[in-house]
Amino acid sequence: MMEKTAVLEQFDVYGIRKDFPILTRTVNGKPLVYLDNGATTQKPLQVIDAIRHYYTELNSNVHRGVHHLSQLATDAFEVTRHQLKGFINAAHDHEIIITKGTTDSINLVASSFGSSFVKTGDEIIISAMEHHSNIVPWQLLCEDRGAVLRVVPINAAGELDMDAYRALLTDRTKLVAITYVSNSLGTVNPVREIIEAAHANGTPVLLDAAQAIQHIAIDVQALDVDFLAFSGHKMYGPTGVGVLYGKEKWLDAMPPYQGGGEMIKEVTFEKTTYNELPFKFEAGTPNIEAGISLAAAIGYIQDIGMDRIAAYEHGLLEYATARLLEIPGIRLIGTAANKSSVLSFLVDGAHPYDVGVILDKLGVAVRTGHHCTQPLMDWYGIPGTVRASIAMYNTREDIDTLAAGVQKAASMLV
Amino acid sequence: MTINEIQDELIADFAFFDDWMAKYEYIIQLGKELPLIDAQYKKDEYLIKGCQSKVWLHADYRDGRVIFTADSDAIITKGLVGLMVRVLSNHSPQEIANSELYFVDQIGLKEHLSPTRANGLLSMIKQMKLYAITLQAKTT
Repeated sequence: MMEKTAVLEQFDVYGIRKDFPILTRTVNGKPLVYLDNGATTQKPLQVIDAIRHYYTELNSNVHRGVHHLSQLATDAFEVTRHQLKGFINAAHDHEIIITKGTTDSINLVASSFGSSFVKTGDEIIISAMEHHSNIVPWQLLCEDRGAVLRVVPINAAGELDMDAYRALLTDRTKLVAITYVSNSLGTVNPVREIIEAAHANGTPVLLDAAQAIQHIAIDVQALDVDFLAFSGHKMYGPTGVGVLYGKEKWLDAMPPYQGGGEMIKEVTFEKTTYNELPFKFEAGTPNIEAGISLAAAIGYIQDIGMDRIAAYEHGLLEYATARLLEIPGIRLIGTAANKSSVLSFLVDGAHPYDVGVILDKLGVAVRTGHHCTQPLMDWYGIPGTVRASIAMYNTREDIDTLAAGVQKAASMLV
Repeated sequence: MTINEIQDELIADFAFFDDWMAKYEYIIQLGKELPLIDAQYKKDEYLIKGCQSKVWLHADYRDGRVIFTADSDAIITKGLVGLMVRVLSNHSPQEIANSELYFVDQIGLKEHLSPTRANGLLSMIKQMKLYAITLQAKTT
């Protein structure tokens, strides 16, 4: 307890806020309280400056030209790859595939892994709390290959039923694709156990880390995870760039995802030979600006320290949970023992959409609706939730404004 | 009253509210008070999927006039649905098809008709007009 308090005291949230210019603006005449970080995070000046620097000093296509600028841009792009490797402790730079985002990364695996390793009658395991982007690519794959999608159920708190998961693993299971942190419930899944059980069954695992990468220190080698997907824009970086980490042995065994420039070694009309990793999976000109400036976001997180960020956010989530529970008629959706950054809730007698409208009028940005997890909302029998999701720059004052806003909404609506 | 006369009346009514809260309290009140749709029409057949909030719309054609009834599961949406029904219901198909809903902007609720709101309102208005246009084509 002493230690946690010490970390909180060291964490200079007000200093951090100064790096995020958008946090000083007003919305509907009120100071912005930004609690929609699960959708996207705001960007620090370091990232904004990196984008400007790219266009004023470096703009050129990567991996192609012999000229000076192209070399500078390519080097900067590869710096990001190297930094990402360190950030998640991958064994090699070439295990980092730079994609458009989490959705793109998952589709890549569904397409390339699927075409090589999934046959009729095989099974893919996902969970009941997946985001649509970790459901639909597998449904498409299953339809295409005549394979079967299996779904790990959850309990009322929003935790995976691990016994049911183990029972689903059979010799037909070709891949387990599960989220690390639930975007609508905040549940942190027991990924080590999930991976160990899958590996004992000879099955590789893909983790959707879109809601984990900005909150939890991830070491892909310690986890022994086979694939990890995440987005730049949810980790204080630019939109349009994301990552697929894959173990070398899998990436080598998979065919290319898309055809085009850069992914080839030699092209004749009879046959094309493919480039080596990671370029085999990076067809076409990437989002260079985003790729390069993502390094600034990673650097920003590393300078502050992921463990300190996690400890601060954990304290803030506990504070927010306690504050919201003081409000009569509030119901938290997602009460797992191990949670991160997300508070989903309903106010008795009020539609989440209405609560969101009133909060918006008060300058509080939250997300309302099904959060692209319709099967999960159906399971709870609710139309959606109000979701407040926190980031490292949120304060207790933000939470107080949220709690007062929810109370105001309840008094108007119920 | 014509559609525009009703719109002008609403604009005058809303001018009395001097802050957003009074305005929304009025809309919420409308949503709470109005029994808008017969229970038999509150099923999927009449549902306009708005993603976030649901809207049900039913139309009747009687004596040359279209009678709309509608409902929503969200109270603010329901209040706004009530305003749309008040403006567009009980007019001829021609009048509805040719109407321009300027009151929403003037009473400061334009944001609710943004496609990103996904509340079903915009789709409902399209559906009301489509219904009127179809009737217009049949009757002329």
